[in-house]
Amino acid sequence: MKEEIIIAGFGGQGVLSMGKILAYSGIMQDMEVTWMPSYGPEMRGGTANVTVVLSSDRISSPIVNKCDTAIILNQQSLDKFENIIKPGGLLLYDPNGITHPPTRTDIHICKIEAAEEAAHIGNAKAYNMIVLGAYLKKRPIVQLENVIKGLKKSIPERHHKLIPMNEQAIERGMEAVIDVS
Amino acid sequence: MAEKVLKKGNEVIALAAIRCGCDGYFGYPITPQSEVMETLMEEKPWETTGMVVLQAESETSSINMLYGGASCGKKVMTSSSSPGLSLMCEGLSYLAGAELPCLVVNVVRGGPGLGTIQPAQSDYFQATKGGGHGDYHLIVLAPSSVQEMNDFVDLGFALAFKYRNPAMILADGIVGQMMEKVELSPLKPRWTDAEIQQIAGDWATTGKTTDRPMHIITSLALDADVAERFNEKLIKKYNEIRTKEVRFETIRCDDADYLLVAYGAMARICQETVAMARAAGLKIGLLRPITLFPYPTAELQRLAPQLKGILSVELSAGQMIEDIRLAVEGRTPVKHYGRLGGMVPDPGQVLDALKQRFSL
Repeated sequence: MKEEIIIAGFGGQGVLSMGKILAYSGIMQDMEVTWMPSYGPEMRGGTANVTVVLSSDRISSPIVNKCDTAIILNQQSLDKFENIIKPGGLLLYDPNGITHPPTRTDIHICKIEAAEEAAHIGNAKAYNMIVLGAYLKKRPIVQLENVIKGLKKSIPERHHKLIPMNEQAIERGMEAVIDVS
Repeated sequence: MAEKVLKKGNEVIALAAIRCGCDGYFGYPITPQSEVMETLMEEKPWETTGMVVLQAESETSSINMLYGGASCGKKVMTSSSSPGLSLMCEGLSYLAGAELPCLVVNVVRGGPGLGTIQPAQSDYFQATKGGGHGDYHLIVLAPSSVQEMNDFVDLGFALAFKYRNPAMILADGIVGQMMEKVELSPLKPRWTDAEIQQIAGDWATTGKTTDRPMHIITSLALDADVAERFNEKLIKKYNEIRTKEVRFETIRCDDADYLLVAYGAMARICQETVAMARAAGLKIGLLRPITLFPYPTAELQRLAPQLKGILSVELSAGQMIEDIRLAVEGRTPVKHYGRLGGMVPDPGQVLDALKQRFSL
């Protein structure tokens, strides 16, 4: 089993931390993982992306030319990454702010109204966990209990009281994800 | 077995330093390795192991702080990225000339000049052929995973003290910034004064006692005859290192017709290229030098007769390729593929380059 995931959006949406939690969840499930962020000038321009690889075997390249899944949270990232998804792969996106929706017909496309759902919950910071939940619903490669363990490892102990709220957000994302094609 | 954690390469350099009983870190922040000092400042090892962590006023200053600490037999280190390393080169030459052990980490970014903050491997010449002046070498380790970022801190210090020579971890922006699963080394206490006496007592300036002559740490030898003998001693040491300390990894080389040679993060990418090529029926292998000085020359010579071609894959305009060519002495065609200025090829692009260079 090997899953190559690109998560891309604006800085502040929790792109890098979502990737970290996903990677830690993989470790909790005894997988090999790599997490490779963009740290270049584009970060300063406001966009952020991270490549996470989860695998049952040793991972060779942390840099991928094609990915199994792209989680896309803004238009620039959709423009940049839509075409590197493998045929049959998954594109999960938040339609908020998307003016030109994806056009590929050879991939599975899903959307999650994560900003709206976060507003519902009353916590904008839950945004990335809603997206993560939507992803896990479509690609249940790590079990929820391992995601919670991964969360505990990823965030400082003083914030552990927020874990139930994060868990709820993940579950909300699982419920709210919609198949587009 | 120790717990496995998810960490960045840079963070792990810091944690490994504390855990291997490092006495002092002296550095100056620069992307893409600032997390090394940030992690040390968060960990506050001065409250636990007693390790000193100090932000110097410049890289020139940090390397000279290493000279002072190493002179006392202490385990001292610094880290920087390419432009910072250039500033340290004078100090490195002096450290090598005074035969002082220390560990220097270079998380390479694109150059020349201020260049870019993106990953590169364009400091190969500087790391392996000098950088500073004079006939000297650093012992150069090239990690290709976060686990090796951990392991090579302890190994780097061990080699530095074994040979009384500066050691360098030559990483790159990818290995520094990437997070992977890592098993951190067990905590070793810092050396006591008695242990330093035992390990470095015959040369370090630990305080003169009446029962021994003065220890003088210097790289100055004005008398040409003395200077020549000293240089010959260094050459003997470097030759011993060449004989005993070569480290490399080979992947699917046994029946390979073509060989990729790559180190650091580039070797990880090439590993995937090998898998892709094999799936397409091409017999490709990978040689990953782990030590860049000493270079795995003998292994290349052993493999050369079976090979139709070698591709040196580097994030540079072609630096390591010179060592490959020297090793195979014209018996095998050697070509280069590299990306520059912080661009990183994916495994498919490496395969395309291999096919193009050798008309496959």
